[in-house]
Parts: sequence; C-alpha cells; structure tokens
Amino acid sequence: MNLTGAQIVCESLVKEGVEVIFGFPGGSLLPLYDTFAQYPQLRHILVRHEQGAAHAADGYARATGRVGVCLATSGPGATNLVTGLANAYLDSSPVIALTGQVARPFIGKDAFQEIDITGITLPITKHNYIVLSAADMARVFKEAFHIATTGRLGTVLIDLPRDVLTEEAEFQYPTKVNLPGYKPVLRGHPTQIKKAVQLIGQAERPVIISGRGVIISRAYDELKELAEKAQIPVVTTLLGISSFPENHVLSLGMLGMHGMAYANMAISNADLIISIGMRFDDRATAVVSGFAPLASVIHIDIDPAEIGKNVRVDVPIVGDVRNVLREINKQATAQTHIDWVRQLDQWRQEHPSTDIRGGEDLLPQYVIRSICEVTDSDAIIVTGVGQHQMWSAQHFCYKKPNSLISSGGLGTMGFELPAAMGAKVGCPDETVWCIAGDGGFQMTMQELGTIAQERTAVKIAIMNNGYLGMVRQWQDLFYGRRYVATPLSGPDFLKIAEAYGIPGLRVKNRREVIPAIERAMEHDGPFLIDFLIEPEENVYPMVPPGAALVDIIEEPKRETVASDPTSIVSNL
Amino acid sequence: MTEMKHTLVALVADRPGVLNRVASLFRRRGFNIDSIAVGHTEQKGVSRMTIVVTGDMAMVEQVRKQLDKVIDVIKLSNITDESTVDRELALIKVKSTPETRSEIMQIVDIFRANIVDVAPESLTVEVTGDEEKVNSLFNLLRDFGIKEMACTGRLAMTRGTPSP
Repeated sequence: MNLTGAQIVCESLVKEGVEVIFGFPGGSLLPLYDTFAQYPQLRHILVRHEQGAAHAADGYARATGRVGVCLATSGPGATNLVTGLANAYLDSSPVIALTGQVARPFIGKDAFQEIDITGITLPITKHNYIVLSAADMARVFKEAFHIATTGRLGTVLIDLPRDVLTEEAEFQYPTKVNLPGYKPVLRGHPTQIKKAVQLIGQAERPVIISGRGVIISRAYDELKELAEKAQIPVVTTLLGISSFPENHVLSLGMLGMHGMAYANMAISNADLIISIGMRFDDRATAVVSGFAPLASVIHIDIDPAEIGKNVRVDVPIVGDVRNVLREINKQATAQTHIDWVRQLDQWRQEHPSTDIRGGEDLLPQYVIRSICEVTDSDAIIVTGVGQHQMWSAQHFCYKKPNSLISSGGLGTMGFELPAAMGAKVGCPDETVWCIAGDGGFQMTMQELGTIAQERTAVKIAIMNNGYLGMVRQWQDLFYGRRYVATPLSGPDFLKIAEAYGIPGLRVKNRREVIPAIERAMEHDGPFLIDFLIEPEENVYPMVPPGAALVDIIEEPKRETVASDPTSIVSNL
Repeated sequence: MTEMKHTLVALVADRPGVLNRVASLFRRRGFNIDSIAVGHTEQKGVSRMTIVVTGDMAMVEQVRKQLDKVIDVIKLSNITDESTVDRELALIKVKSTPETRSEIMQIVDIFRANIVDVAPESLTVEVTGDEEKVNSLFNLLRDFGIKEMACTGRLAMTRGTPSP
C-alpha cells in the first residue's frame, strides 16, 4: 500500500515496538506530528527543551533496556539534542534521534532552520542517515534499530526532510537487514576462553572488575556464579554499580578516582584482573602506568576496539558478556582464595571508606544513606554529575540489578532530572529518585514542566550547597582554595516546584531527613526535597589526577558514628 | 615503538559521505593520514579506499579496529607486510628552457615516464610507478624548478590469488 513518509515513520516505530517518544515539534515536523494523531499507540511526551528529550530517551533506555526515541525539529531543535546524544553514545545507550530537516531542494542552501545535523553528529552516533526518498524510509528505520540494539549499543540519528515526510511510497517493512560491514562478534573464541579459565585456575589474588557491559548483557547470574564458584572478589566501575549486589560478601564496591580505598588496594595488589564489560576509562584506572602493576589482565568486551586501547591485555575475549561468562563458568573449577579474601577484609576494616561522621551537620552522605534505608534499596537512583554523584555511588547500597543511572563517559550536568523522568516513564512501577546537584538541576529544571504535565512521579532530592561542588573541591585541594566561579546562587527550589504545582519540603538538619524522605515516598506524584547540605564537604577517598590507584587521599580522621552498611562480619 | 608507513585497504559501501566518515574518524582519533585513494571496484555499490598511515604497531591496530566499527566499512586489511603491487600517478609541471628541455626529456625517458604537455616555459610530465620511482623522478626534476605537482597517493593490491 502507498503511504506518506510520515506514516511510514509511524508504522516503522510501531513495528519496532516503540511506545514512547520524547519530543518537541517545529515547522519541519508538522507533517509527522499531524500523522501522530492517527497512531494513538505512540505516546508523545512534550518536553521543555530538546536536551531534555535526549536525556529522557537515554534514561528510558537505560532503565528498560529498550530503545529510547527522541524527536526534534530542524535547526536549533536538532542541535539541542547534541549533548544528550553524545552522552548516550559515550555510555553505550541505545537512543534513536529523529530530526526534522528542510525540504530537499533547500538542503545545503543555509535555509531557515537548516543545519547539517548528520555532519555534526558523525562523532557521536554509531551511524546516521538522511532519508532522501520515502521509498528508503522503512529500510532506514529497520537498519537504525538494528544498529542501535546490537553489538556495542549506541546512538543512531535519522534526519527527515520535510518533503520526504509528505512524499508517498510503497510500504513494506523489511524482515532482514543488509549491512555487510556490520557483523558484531557475540561468541567468545574458544581458545581465548580456555586461556582465561587457565589463568583463573592459577591466580592467587584475582579480582573481577565489572562494568556497564554486565548490566547491558544482563549477565548478573553468570557474574555471581563465577565470583562465588572461584571465590573472586568483585569491584565495579561507576557504571557497573548494581551489576553485582553490594551486600554480597565478595563485593568491594566501586574503584577509581573516588572509589573505595580497599577496592583500589585490591586492584593494585591483584595478580589477575578479570575485566568484564568495562573499558578502562581514566576515572577508573587512574594513571595507566600505575594500574594493576602485578596483574595479568583478561578483558571481556563486545567492542574489539576497546581491547588493548588503554591497558595491555593478556587474554582478550571479544563477545557478548553473558555468552562468554557462561562458557567460562562451564569450564571453571571451584576454588577458594581464603588468604586473599582475609587480606581484603582487613584492608576494609582499616580503611572504611563509607563511614559518616557524627554531629549535627546535614551531611550529603547521610542523606544518601537515609534514602537507601527508607527505600530499602528498592529504587532506581538517577544522579547528575559532581560531588552528589560520587556520594550516591558510595553511600547507597545497591542490591537490585540496574538500579543506578548516571552519566559516566560524558559527565553531563543536568542529566539527572530528564533522565529520571525517562526512567520513571519506562518503569512506572519502580520508585525513582533523582539525586541532583543545585548546579546541574538549574541546567535542566525546565523539565519540571514536563513532569507536571505528565504527572510523572519522580522523587527529587536536591543536594543544595550553593556551590559547583566538585569544581570547588578541586579548587580547594589543588588551586589554593581560590573559589573562582564556583559559588552559585540558586532560586528557592520549593517555590519553583510550587510554581509547577509540585509539592516539596526543605530540610536543614539531620533530624528532618528521614521524615522528609518518608513524606516524599508517601506522596502520590512528583515530590521535591531541598536538602541544605554542609557547603564545603569534600568527596573522599580521592585519587588525585596524575596519581596511581594506590595514592589514595582519605578523609581526615574525625569521630564517626554511622558505620559502613555493607561491612561484613568475617568469620573465615 | 618504531613508526613506519602502513597501507590499509578498505572496501566500503558506495554511499554519499563515506569518505567523510572515514576521514573524520582519522581526524578525531588523531591518526595521521599520508594519502587516501578512492575509486570504484568490480562490485557494484562497493568502493575501494587505499589509505597510507604513519604510526607504530599499536596505533595502526587501533586505526584498524576503529575503522572496522564504521558501519559502511565492509572489509579492512592491512597489507603492509604482504607482497603487493604499489602504484601512484603524478603529474609534474617542470620549468623548462630551450637549453634544459632535452636534458629533462632524457630523464623522463629513462624513467619511462611521458611528456603530456609542452609549453614555452614548461613541460608536464606524467609518471606512474611505486613511491620510490615517483620520488626519484621528482627529486631529479626538482633541480629544474617545479611549477606544480599533483599526486594521486598510493594504490596497492596484493599479488597472486584474488583477495582485496
């Protein structure tokens, strides 16, 4: 049958199982928006800024494991997607961006609201398309969804000229894709797997580093099986948090610049590193020359280009994490490493990285810990970027798989609110907490409008210290406390929320914290809490830039009250 | 590690913008391209790129892997260490006077190159050969004064049984 390009777009989205689109209309997209009226099964959520649409699609994708779709008009609409698209690309999130474009005769002529978005997004998409004929539309969508959801997940952009949306063509949705240049390797090479199993059998001080690849591949059970069978402690990267339950006896928490001291010490003393679905980012490794100096490295990843990129690898295994772990588990033998585990436990006692000092100060760490307590870890935590992000990584005990959504690779402030919105839309039955910094919150707080209009029940906690906290910390530690451009005034966030019809509370001391969180949880709908936290609190531990993982700066010792929630009573 | 020239051959989908994708990949990853030659192949819809990069083994390995990720790149080989036929074509416009003309023509003859244009003050030489031959001719002609030069960059193909 003959359909318009716009209808083919909608038919294709339906065929691909899309249920939600985060978007913002404009002139070039009028034909498409008009067609949406014929497709009530596609829910369109109107955002307040296209950046919000991209982050929402990203949050949706990370929470559900499905493709997130965002839609923006030509010109400024498309360019406003760039940050969100780059963010999704760097964290391997399956997001498809649809952009309007001027009609074909106007392309390349600096027309009104025309921009070369395919050129601009070349570095931040796995692939992108401009559809120059309605007859190509279905094939392009089939390919785009295939590319976004296979191999190393990523972003795809499809540019839609206005006159292609109105052009008619025969519609038949393809059953197969023809991409001879794209054949991801999913099964690990048997010889490599054998080598890995052998190394695992011989290791005396093994450590697993688990990354986002484990979450994407949903290899939770396989990871646990390996760790338990061969008694190997597990550290995670920031994006690997919640790939392994943090209350498990073998969990060492996060490594890296703000990782647990004992996790970093484990890496630095290991004789075997099994890195799974992680890419040796500089935040995780610190200075590469000082990374795991005593260890052989097994690297399991779906992207061959990551293997050997930053760190020398002894046993590379390209493949889907779950497949590879299954094979390894079949061949690996049961083992114990009692001395090693005892040593790690001792380091954990000597360097408790998650103690919170006593007193009356409203400490951000205490707020995070309280959210964890009240929700009993049954929540999805979505953070922004900065100090609050690190405290969220450190002081919440992540027990549920895929319960942390955070911008790692790009580190985008303002990610938190729209991403939390996307996550809640995708998982309406989950509790979603948006942990925001007062700086980042002001970057995308216009999305409170979307939240109000859609009645998305996100719980928002603003860690309000009147500073761009992480930058201030660096100025404190490395720039002689010269706080240039870091003191940041903000509005009365409660009044802002109220203006959007969203209720809230302000918290000024520790006593008020738990009741406020409970109040937020009880409320049926979005709720905002403005936590006036201790203004010059620093994130510890810290591995300074240029230093190795062993060069840990720990919190200056003071009296502590609340102890590590994950501490184990070791009776080995 | 030692830097040397590597020759990569990529078969790519013949779609608009492919050259741009490859070139901008090189730029943003900081790889140094010495030359790219692109053209059609015997297969419809498939173009062939011959890329010469300078770098050490680790860098070239990254180049290869990153190029492989480009969806339009169908097949990629590093043929540096294989037995290959290498050719490039150059057009060299040399300054010539009645006194120097015959000497230039002798040199051109020795190299089995061709004069494709004659003008009162210049001769244009066309030479095809491997990089060494072209460079040698260029160096000899340089003494006469070169007005203009255009070079295609390397084309390479492995010898023997069919392979990209």
